Amino acid sequence: MAATSRAIVVGGGLAGLMTVIKLAEASLPCQLFSFVPVKRSHSVCAQGGINASVNTKGEGDSPQIHFYETVKGGDFLANQPLAKGMCEAAPGIVYLLDRMGVPFNRTPEGWLDFRGFGGTLYSRTAFAGATTGQQLLYALDEQVRKYEALGLVEKFEFWEFLSAIKDDEGVCRGIMAQDLRSMEIRAFPADAVCLATGGLGMIFGKSTNSVVCTGSAASAAYQQGAVFANGEFIQVHPTAIPGEDKVRLMSESARAEGGRVWVPKDGKPWYFLEEKYPKYKNLVPRDIATREIYYVCRVLKLGIDGKDMVYLDVSHIPKDTLDRKLGGILEIYEKFIGEDPRKVPMRVFPGVHYSMGGLWIDYEADRQGNPVVGSPRNQQTNIPGLFAAGEAEYEYHGANRLGANSLLSCFYGGILAGPAMVSYIKGLDRSASALPSSVFDAEKRRQDEAHARVSGLHGTENPYVIHKELGEIMTDNVTVVRYNDKLQATDHAIQVFMDRWKRIDINDTARWSNQAVSFTRQLWNMLELSRVITLGALHRDESRGAQYKPDFPDRNDAQWLKTTLATWTPDGPEFRYAPVDTSLLTPELRKY
Amino acid sequence: METNGRTVTLRVKRQAAPDAPSRWEEFRIPHKAHMNVISALMEVQRQPVTVDGAKTTAPVWEANCLEEVCGSCTMIINGKVRQACSALIDTLTQPIVLEPMRKFPLVRDLMVDRKRMFDALTRVRAWMHLDGTYNLGPGPRVDPEAGAVAYSLSRCMTCGCCMEVCPQVTSRSAFIGAAAISQVRLFNLHPTGKMQARERLDSLMGEGGLADCGNAQNCVHSCPKDIPLTESISAVGWDLARHTVKRLLGG
Repeated sequence: MAATSRAIVVGGGLAGLMTVIKLAEASLPCQLFSFVPVKRSHSVCAQGGINASVNTKGEGDSPQIHFYETVKGGDFLANQPLAKGMCEAAPGIVYLLDRMGVPFNRTPEGWLDFRGFGGTLYSRTAFAGATTGQQLLYALDEQVRKYEALGLVEKFEFWEFLSAIKDDEGVCRGIMAQDLRSMEIRAFPADAVCLATGGLGMIFGKSTNSVVCTGSAASAAYQQGAVFANGEFIQVHPTAIPGEDKVRLMSESARAEGGRVWVPKDGKPWYFLEEKYPKYKNLVPRDIATREIYYVCRVLKLGIDGKDMVYLDVSHIPKDTLDRKLGGILEIYEKFIGEDPRKVPMRVFPGVHYSMGGLWIDYEADRQGNPVVGSPRNQQTNIPGLFAAGEAEYEYHGANRLGANSLLSCFYGGILAGPAMVSYIKGLDRSASALPSSVFDAEKRRQDEAHARVSGLHGTENPYVIHKELGEIMTDNVTVVRYNDKLQATDHAIQVFMDRWKRIDINDTARWSNQAVSFTRQLWNMLELSRVITLGALHRDESRGAQYKPDFPDRNDAQWLKTTLATWTPDGPEFRYAPVDTSLLTPELRKY
Repeated sequence: METNGRTVTLRVKRQAAPDAPSRWEEFRIPHKAHMNVISALMEVQRQPVTVDGAKTTAPVWEANCLEEVCGSCTMIINGKVRQACSALIDTLTQPIVLEPMRKFPLVRDLMVDRKRMFDALTRVRAWMHLDGTYNLGPGPRVDPEAGAVAYSLSRCMTCGCCMEVCPQVTSRSAFIGAAAISQVRLFNLHPTGKMQARERLDSLMGEGGLADCGNAQNCVHSCPKDIPLTESISAVGWDLARHTVKRLLGG
């Protein structure tokens, strides 16, 4: 590596921070960009826990079983070597977090405690109360702060990623970013860049995601030629509390600790999940639980008071167990709804939660199907030098993610991405610092112009109103139950939104801390991605994992055991399909 | 969640930039069930017009998780510092007065710069010294009760409420504040973190350190996560006293 070699990581959630730590351990200087102070990243919202088959409860669990359940949970759409690598690395990852001081719940003997979760019958999920994501994020934030103090990491918080800088050969040589206070737009040269910018729930208006989860950075890369994969697979979490500003997650761990889902029927509680799934009961995977709740509310019209609502009941569980293991989420319910779930059942409904799809990334596996740690191909997008990790990319989860696997995939993605970036940089014949400034100036001009265009929008439309309407139509038509005519209509509506976007009144012309300009730019990026999601769903005529089409109720492996690949064109996304690596486990019927 | 004819009035302190003059603006929006301050502000974004019918810019504020775990949306609501996401409209007297925190440099409108809190975490070395992220097997066994204490301290989201209410924290004082002191207790309790206890205690000596605490005890009452901040300050205070004596004796 040249003395001037440098990496950039965009996004300070778990995947980004883990990548940074791996880069710092390799003594590679790194700049870390984040829209918010990294300690406030969306990873804080993860509640239930992180999976690792440590088998401390004598149940005979193993990483191999974890791997099988992950692939089955994803309806066999995941590339198997990466899923296998992740599950095998999981115990080591949880031990590492333990060493970092994460206050995991403990057994009476002082060992790590594990609980059950969706899609498994094993106790495999390590947890810190019901705010596990927050606790894990803090642990990584602390490690990165240490490296920052040592001068290896430089943070740029309240900066927004605008685009990748590509040289004449199409290689990523840095990023353009904007200081969200001074509004300065600047080019940052780098030899390798990793986007760890999270999910895209904001496209659905109200979701369990944080405000920053717009998918904007991934969309910008997509519009620059990065392939976006499996966009149509959107996880709708079965249990969330609807609100005016967002829907708030009620963790699967509530059911893992004994919580029961029911609606009143003939004057008595009807535990419909337990009745239909006697083996997994309330812990069927999320896509299945969500569809059952939809069926009960929308088809049978048995929702509470005839509304879109079912009970999630933990009131029969002893109070001290609840406080110790679920305190964080019960507090959320209490604070936002004003009722004590220790005494009365919670009212919940499914809400948009997670994007299985994301930027396409590569990997290298050996002949036994194990990922080769340190291969520069790992986590790399089709744009050389541009990597991705965490929810921003599409690997690991296939068509449906199992609960408590997302935190795991963030860590594993970072563990692969860091060394991959280091290897990639070692293989470069010249570093970004040796390139002519024209490479950076050209992209700077492009972004300055784009900024001027947004700042100069003086029409009549309000960007926040367009966003609200986008969210409503996406939630209505592109979530749990999908019909082709409605998907088609949604795509038309998105194009009308895009037209209206051009007639926005930006209203705020300040050159200091201008949120309207930033949001309007992100709104365009959301619109671009919403077409990828909607058209991806339209084209895929089958039901698999989170995609359910009543007109095509079965999984169709002959035609659709394929990864969706969307490429940006000025006329909308272009779709291709690639085979899935099923070399380790033969696809079988998914039954619970 | 339909509108019900009722309205909500927000009175928002506006300031375009750190050196710009401040002013007040009032907004009236339709009331909805379960509305919080954030969703009211979002409604203003969709129609940024004051009660006088004047077109204005949408107020600027900081927010992220909206579940009171990230700490972003802290502001002063009807005179009390708290998170805007968990401030439910139906529990607030109207007009609802929104102001930025006063103890931190203003950025714009309701947004302030809390960098000093993150700097404080660097000062007290709020991290574990790991040999590396390679696999060294499990961490130390932890007494479940001690673990529960650690968890209660570890929920601090660096929101700034304890700084805002502390009389010792001013724009001119360097007082590190209750949150960072409590982090010293957290790390010094841990079997591994303990090994660097002395350097963390050292960091609390001198200007802006623990001795600047005036024992007003406002912090503990303002903490949205019920972190036992005063307990932390006194626990760390004892350790620091012992540590100082040892140092004097050349230990």
